[in-house]
Amino acid sequence: MIEKDVVVVGAGPAGLAAAIEASAAGASVLLLDQNLKPGGQLFKQIHKFFGSSAHRSGTRGTDIGTVLCEEARENGVEIWLNSTVMGLFVGNKVGIEKGTDGTAKQMLTVHAKKIIVAAGASENVVRFKGWTLPGVMGAGAAQTMINVNRVRPGRKIVMLGSGNVGLIVSYQLMQAGCEVVALVEAAPKIGGYAVHAAKITRAGVPVFLRHTVVEAIPDTSGVVSQVIIAEVDSSFKPIPGTEKTLEADVIAIGAGLKPVAELLHLMNCAFMFSPVFGGWIPLHNADMETSCEGIYVAGDSTGVEEANTALEEGRIAGISAAQKLGYISPEEAEAKKAAAWERLGALRLGPFGERRLAAKNVILTEFEQKTARGVHHGN
Amino acid sequence: MGTRIADHIILGEDIRIPAVEIFVDGKAFLANEGEPILSALLANGINVNRYTAKRHEPRGLFCGIGQCTDCAMVVDGVPNVRTCITPVKCGMVIQTQDGLGPKEAAYD
Repeated sequence: MIEKDVVVVGAGPAGLAAAIEASAAGASVLLLDQNLKPGGQLFKQIHKFFGSSAHRSGTRGTDIGTVLCEEARENGVEIWLNSTVMGLFVGNKVGIEKGTDGTAKQMLTVHAKKIIVAAGASENVVRFKGWTLPGVMGAGAAQTMINVNRVRPGRKIVMLGSGNVGLIVSYQLMQAGCEVVALVEAAPKIGGYAVHAAKITRAGVPVFLRHTVVEAIPDTSGVVSQVIIAEVDSSFKPIPGTEKTLEADVIAIGAGLKPVAELLHLMNCAFMFSPVFGGWIPLHNADMETSCEGIYVAGDSTGVEEANTALEEGRIAGISAAQKLGYISPEEAEAKKAAAWERLGALRLGPFGERRLAAKNVILTEFEQKTARGVHHGN
Repeated sequence: MGTRIADHIILGEDIRIPAVEIFVDGKAFLANEGEPILSALLANGINVNRYTAKRHEPRGLFCGIGQCTDCAMVVDGVPNVRTCITPVKCGMVIQTQDGLGPKEAAYD
């Protein structure tokens, strides 16, 4: 069996940062990702990030991805792509399916002294009549097509959801030459930052607040050709008689994200529900270690936030794992972790950030209480 | 219907030239070697990847990152290939999937 000091699941910002820190400290690190390329969703974020200069504000997500991949190479991180982690097993064994679809895949087991799960998040869906038709897709899927694969998913787009993803992807669809025929939001006001919303409204995109999509109508080939939207009442139920029909071949759903943490569920790690973070969140301490000793978590798997917070949490997890293995002195590790927590604090400011800071503190407190009560799970 | 983005205000010009031939339900199309199969299909106006087993409903791109399996097709005779994360190779034979195998019409 292959032996590694640290196995990191997911090569997005959190996983890359964790792998870089652990490897730089001297640990042997294997970084796994099921995609064709590392970088997670960074390479579809062609916009400039906000934040302080410590977080490379004003830098595009794609450029941050390039830098992280380069640092991983420089620090000797071993990366396996097209590698899906199928399960974690007793004794810190990582079950991996390696290879692309349509080829003979290998099933491999790697033994890791420490495991860091940075599996990211997946998109929420909204169901309406016709929601399974080709042409209905996640906003992130549309973003991947235009910014990574350089192909338009369609010509005329209805964006459902006005959070930052809905707003940014709407703007990027226009940059890619698509027409955004409507931005539809069930709430009475736009969900995301005003600066992103302004770009959409300035461009003249019709915004339908208190509206939702009620039906997607296909053409003869079975692909979306018309979209029916309607006004909703205070309990978000469509109001009969308010329907409008829009000509569009894509409905992009930007209805938020939820953490991907199945591997930690498999290990029976302790979880709690956090609406702010988008779902069930694995409890962890300030080292990013879960209730299963030796298994760490970072990034959107610990609650949906942003690339920069994922990166800092990844750093903390990587440093903590290397510290436990004796590669970094406690003094150096504690100083580095404290600095990362400080930068995280700077990212969790403002009306949106403060809610996330409070929610993160609840998770840390809940972890302490559960472990103090002797609640321990896993291997 | 999708098309390629030749020029982009941030990403610049797409210098790739679709030069490899792939075959979709018996018809030849041009694609970029190494790009996801799904992208090549969208660029060629193909939006339906498969039909469901029970009700034969069409499915296409949904998540774009290998999670949902809605874009699965039969590639070189192998069913359930997630086309959004499988790279194009020269001469690939791709068939619309119907249930768990190729759509009958693909043989016509």
